Amino acid sequence: MASLANRRVLPGFRMSVSFTLMYLAVLIVVPLFAVLLRASSMTTADFVRAVWTPQARAAYALTFGASLIAAVIDVGLGLLLAWVLVRYDFPGKRILDSLIDLPFALPTAVAGLVYSSLYAPKGWMGQFLVPLGIHAAYSRLAVVVVLVFIGLPFVVRALEPVLESLDPELEEAAACLGASRWTTVWCVVIPHLYPAILTGFALTLARGIGEYGSVVFVSGNKPFQTEIAPYLIVQKLEAFQYKEATAIATVLLAASFALLIVINFLERQRARHAT
Amino acid sequence: MPPDARPKSTGGGSHVASRLAQQDPAFVRWLLILACVAVMGLLVVLPVVAVFAEAFREGFATYWANITEPDTIHSIGLTLFVAPIVVVVNVIFGLAAAWAISRFQFRGRTILTTMIDLPFAVSAVVVGLAFMLLFGQQGLLGPWLKSLGIEVAFNVTAIILVTTFVTLPFVARELIPVMEAIGSDEEVAAVSLGANGWQIFWRITLPNIKWGLLYGVILCNARAMGEYGAAAVVSGRIEGKTQTMPLRIEYLEQSFNSPAAFAVASLLTLLAIGTLVLKVWVERLTRQEIQEAARAADTGGAH
Repeated sequence: MASLANRRVLPGFRMSVSFTLMYLAVLIVVPLFAVLLRASSMTTADFVRAVWTPQARAAYALTFGASLIAAVIDVGLGLLLAWVLVRYDFPGKRILDSLIDLPFALPTAVAGLVYSSLYAPKGWMGQFLVPLGIHAAYSRLAVVVVLVFIGLPFVVRALEPVLESLDPELEEAAACLGASRWTTVWCVVIPHLYPAILTGFALTLARGIGEYGSVVFVSGNKPFQTEIAPYLIVQKLEAFQYKEATAIATVLLAASFALLIVINFLERQRARHAT
Repeated sequence: MPPDARPKSTGGGSHVASRLAQQDPAFVRWLLILACVAVMGLLVVLPVVAVFAEAFREGFATYWANITEPDTIHSIGLTLFVAPIVVVVNVIFGLAAAWAISRFQFRGRTILTTMIDLPFAVSAVVVGLAFMLLFGQQGLLGPWLKSLGIEVAFNVTAIILVTTFVTLPFVARELIPVMEAIGSDEEVAAVSLGANGWQIFWRITLPNIKWGLLYGVILCNARAMGEYGAAAVVSGRIEGKTQTMPLRIEYLEQSFNSPAAFAVASLLTLLAIGTLVLKVWVERLTRQEIQEAARAADTGGAH
């Protein structure tokens, strides 16, 4: 569709490309470059000292650990939701389908506020869960729960189109060859979904690692216990420790870049398989 | 990356479901449907209901008093001021980027696409920090701009800048697949008939992509109004000056005024619900248009 010939026919090649480049340069490249510049002005020893404090290590562990657990849970929930929404017809399906996107449309501060009140000891859920010893507010569990909510749409929306375009003959063939329904789903359908599952998983993970708004409301932000890495950056900034903040930000930025490259690679693989 | 919300192909689902080999036993079906309803009820519906229950806990009069409190009014005004600016700027960018990427082949095209995705992966707090390193008092440009009398940090300008960064991909990401799917045949035909760039854009491209564009605008707006992390870092959270609605929620919560925090939250929840309703409506219109186009093609072929 996009061809070399278009450049000679359609107008606006120069204008659109140069505007896009300029916009991205001013808004994205320059600010991120400022972070790297500030980080590179530190000596290696200073940098390591800033990013590898016990408090920072605890924060990374929580940020990456909670995001990982939440992404795994979202893969499970996403499989269930995508399967039901694509394969079954039932009353209220449309409403259920549109609700999937709510975590994406709801401001994160609202999500954090309401989740912390729901699972607080006197909240709607907390009054039942806290006596059982389940503290899903102001705890590490709270971070996982709210990240599950935030990441919910990603796996579902990555799976739906793949599940819809799956060739029915695959399952017919499996059934003809005597496979039970369970074996068919587990050994034939699910393997076809692996790339989409992986993409959804990586997207959820990326979102979880960067998430700040909802987590600060629910976690309680106790150092060494429920403090996430982005919160640590904000703390350092408020104490005007720009160097330390920048160093920790560089670690997060590196993680974001790595994930973005993985996601892009996965999507390109999928596009190649599709054609 | 935003969850893919392009209108799904319809019709495929029902005849696929009717194929015997793809059918699950009835009890499995109902069990899974029930599980879905339970998951969505617990994760999504309950929190939404709780927002309104908490907001109206002390009656409508208190709710109204909370909403109309001067600093809250100011935060609503600020959010309503920032979001449209961000949306307009990102629409212009989205159109240019989608035109460049979907209509031309050039070196660095994939890098450009990856860069558009970058704001999805970068933590909002890191974005805030980056802009502080540029425009803060010890920043690269801050002192120079200050000597010119321009202050960006702890100012509305900074909120607009970071919000634009965070919501940059939404319009472009929505438009690129739509424009790639439509292809450039009609535009090339228009050129050969002597149309100029603006005529092509207004009469061919825009009518073709209008629903995708509208959906991108809806998403971009929702995220712009809800932006919290980056705005928290660069705004300084000055009450009555740089407090947007999400920052106001945090301030009220920390001053132990929970009903007021939930009152502001209820407005943002309405925004989210409105966004979803608009999305469903746009999807329905797109589907109708595709069906009408198919019908027109059918009758055209019969003659």
